[in-house]
Amino acid sequence: MSRKMSPAARRYTLRLAVLMTAYVGLLFFARTIFDHGMAHGPIAYILALLPALPIIGVFWAVMRLIVEETDEFVRLLHVRQCLVATGFCLTVMTIWEWLQNFDLVASGNGGFGAAFFWFAGLGVGALYNRLTLGTAGGCA
Amino acid sequence: MRNRLKVLRAERNWSQQDLADRLDVSRQSVNAIETGKYDPSLPLAFRIADLFALPIEDIFQRD
Repeated sequence: MSRKMSPAARRYTLRLAVLMTAYVGLLFFARTIFDHGMAHGPIAYILALLPALPIIGVFWAVMRLIVEETDEFVRLLHVRQCLVATGFCLTVMTIWEWLQNFDLVASGNGGFGAAFFWFAGLGVGALYNRLTLGTAGGCA
Repeated sequence: MRNRLKVLRAERNWSQQDLADRLDVSRQSVNAIETGKYDPSLPLAFRIADLFALPIEDIFQRD
């Protein structure tokens, strides 16, 4: 990302800040309700899904960044970053699941789901951009 | 694809940022095009040609 942020990048940064703040707040709220044994029935499902909503929102924000960015080269960087992230995430999850299928690693994911590896993949994508095109891209 | 962007820019004593501002793109874009890491779309190539008042083929050439 250039030092002078594009309007699309500024909107993305603002959206990310709002969504991450919402994530922390909703996670704390849901955790507190569960820890106090107050979550039952359908409400428990709704509460459990609340922290997922801002994470889904981040996927939306990244896609909006790609759509709204008017600089074609910067947009290319974002697209490459997302493609690498998707490939990285699918690769890690596939390997992990097959190791689990043969009971070589424990079941469950220890809190590290697909979203975690996709976001980590954005970092890998930024590195790939840096190495191949000389600049990283902005959605890491 | 080769291009003469760096030479044309230098003739006018413009920095990469100056050219980027005139084209309404990022400095990264100008750098990527100049260094041959990125070939611009046809619309951007036309904008570049218009800015330098040259035909596209005088700026961009086949390898």
